[in-house]
Amino acid sequence: MREKTLIAFCTVAAILLAYNLYVMLLVLPDEVSQGPIFRIIFFHVPSAWTAFLGFLAAAVASVLYLVRKDLRYDAFAVAVTEVGLAFAAVTLVTGMIWARIIWGIWWTWDPRLTSMLVCWLLYAGYLMLRHAVEEPTQRARIAAVFSIFASVDVPIVFFSIRWWRTQHPQPVVWGGGSMDPAYWNTLFLNWIPLLLLGAAMAGIRLRQERRQRELEALRRMAHAL
Amino acid sequence: MNALELDQVWKFYGDFPALRQISFELPEGVCLALLGRNGAGKTTLLRILSGLMRPGRGSVRVLGADPRDTMARARIGVLGHGLALYDELSALENLTLFARLYALKDPRGAAGQWLERVGLAASASSLVREFSRGMRQRLAVARAFLHEPELLLLDEPFTALDDRAVTTLQDLLRDAVRQGRTVVLSTHQLREALELATHVALLVRGRLAYYGTRTNEMLEDPAWLYRRYGEAA
Amino acid sequence: MKAAGTQAETAPRTTARAQPGFLGGAVAIAAKDLRSELRTKEALNASLAFSVVILLLFSFAFDPTAEETRALAGGLLWLVFAFAGALILNRSFARELPNDCLDALIAAPISAPALYLGKAVANWLLLMAVELVSLVVFGIFYNAPWTRRFWPLVGVIALGTWALTVVGTLFSALTVNLRLRELMLPLLVYPVLIPALLAAVQLSGPLALGEPLASDMMVWLRLLAGVDLIFTALALTLAETALVG
Repeated sequence: MREKTLIAFCTVAAILLAYNLYVMLLVLPDEVSQGPIFRIIFFHVPSAWTAFLGFLAAAVASVLYLVRKDLRYDAFAVAVTEVGLAFAAVTLVTGMIWARIIWGIWWTWDPRLTSMLVCWLLYAGYLMLRHAVEEPTQRARIAAVFSIFASVDVPIVFFSIRWWRTQHPQPVVWGGGSMDPAYWNTLFLNWIPLLLLGAAMAGIRLRQERRQRELEALRRMAHAL
Repeated sequence: MNALELDQVWKFYGDFPALRQISFELPEGVCLALLGRNGAGKTTLLRILSGLMRPGRGSVRVLGADPRDTMARARIGVLGHGLALYDELSALENLTLFARLYALKDPRGAAGQWLERVGLAASASSLVREFSRGMRQRLAVARAFLHEPELLLLDEPFTALDDRAVTTLQDLLRDAVRQGRTVVLSTHQLREALELATHVALLVRGRLAYYGTRTNEMLEDPAWLYRRYGEAA
Repeated sequence: MKAAGTQAETAPRTTARAQPGFLGGAVAIAAKDLRSELRTKEALNASLAFSVVILLLFSFAFDPTAEETRALAGGLLWLVFAFAGALILNRSFARELPNDCLDALIAAPISAPALYLGKAVANWLLLMAVELVSLVVFGIFYNAPWTRRFWPLVGVIALGTWALTVVGTLFSALTVNLRLRELMLPLLVYPVLIPALLAAVQLSGPLALGEPLASDMMVWLRLLAGVDLIFTALALTLAETALVG
């Protein structure tokens, strides 16, 4: 990704975020039952969406790598996985803050939060696996296989944990019911800067991967001489 | 049919090319000595031919088929550094396992026969763990020849062999070629290999620096090839 | 060593070669793994010892006679199975490393899925053996009447163990050449298996205490069976990619 594009993304994201924060904090009224902390949902939900988008993109990139054997797909997979992981962490932390303020407890075994935690563990495992393999082609292949398993697992995790919690109901993080349409706009509007930030971060990571590959190749060539 | 057909084969480790544009054809019934310094790509090439790795680019045909094709693998015998023997199994159990994997009609019988041929019949039920180095080598050779392969791929087979073992292995390989089998062996031991070889390939930093028949010149002065086409061995 | 000069001096042309069928190859590999393990018993002993120790530790942590602890039975059993299982699963492809045996297996005319399946079945059998012994110990420590629902319990354990085995064996193939393999394998396998473990725990809980399963528990059974099918299919598809570089 070109540097100008990165800067453009970040600038637009910053502007949108500033606008959204203004709307959130000064324009929108407090939600009836939840008070001011309700606003955290404007970061909590879009972060979750961004994380899922990252994981889905990683799955597609992994399959493409195995088919095409082009290391650029592998670089893309690791970049979007790391971004997804970061946003998953944001989802978890904002969810926990919410739970602490509304319910007084840090963790509620809410099905969505719990599933997100499992996803986070899955993809943290992916990164850990990558660190253990030095040779790039081998690393790409092994990581791709694991990524496919993890992606297939994600929907199963969500279903199983939701059924588990249905059998043993616990406090849920946010009502889950209907939300005033006035809030939907800000919710989606706040998703855009998060996506832009995510794309910028992935772009930076991609460039880093490319430079790393070049360095590796040069190092090997130096040894061979 | 050629035993081997390689066309523009490349293998990458990341962005580093371990094999570059390797192209050659090897007819059947010959012995190819694969020479080169450490890191030149000999083991990588052999692993691709054995079906342990796929090439990054280019096409490889072994006995007319893809190396990963199971019918092709059934006709190839492989002998690598590690000898591929299970320490906790007996000599007979080791050979019977591979006889089964290679779908021989009478696995135990074939295993028993080969144990006799390599002189290990007395130790058939002893665990490989108790074997000496020489006995292991004989068992490994039995395993490689067990299924009467048409193509033999050997990675540095003369390493750490004493003189008598070297001669015996050379005899075995010479007979194999006489029977019309194809042998490819990679080695540092120039003299032993060049005595057997009908063809020679020299790899220098992943490229095929020389490929052709073995000349008497090479036999008289084994280091000539390296001096002429590559760096000193 | 006698030279092979007594062989016919003609070329070995187009010998009608048989190919080991998929099952034939898998059975040969499974038999070899079982024979190896039963002879050395390294992983088996470690696994059994580990499971007994965990059960013992849990009896200190959670009073085995209390009623509440009996409610934890399912979770306890599967924690033991999962941890003890990691020891066996780790050995699965690692046992092929000495002497480069793995190379010989991959070069042999056995398809990668057949090789994988043979090892998975061997692992499953070994794990089931360890689990049955653990069950007996569990029954003694916790006074649990697990024999009352013997066949349903064994059935559930078989399904859950297959999920553990399928994923564990494939990841064992994936990580075979990595350092820190012993550490990496459990960290990779357990999160992937959370749905299956969840289902197995829910189902084993009542059964281990001799109670029947309520009808709304059947979803868990379907989930477990579904996970088994999906992951088996996925593993068989990816076996070649996992093993061949």
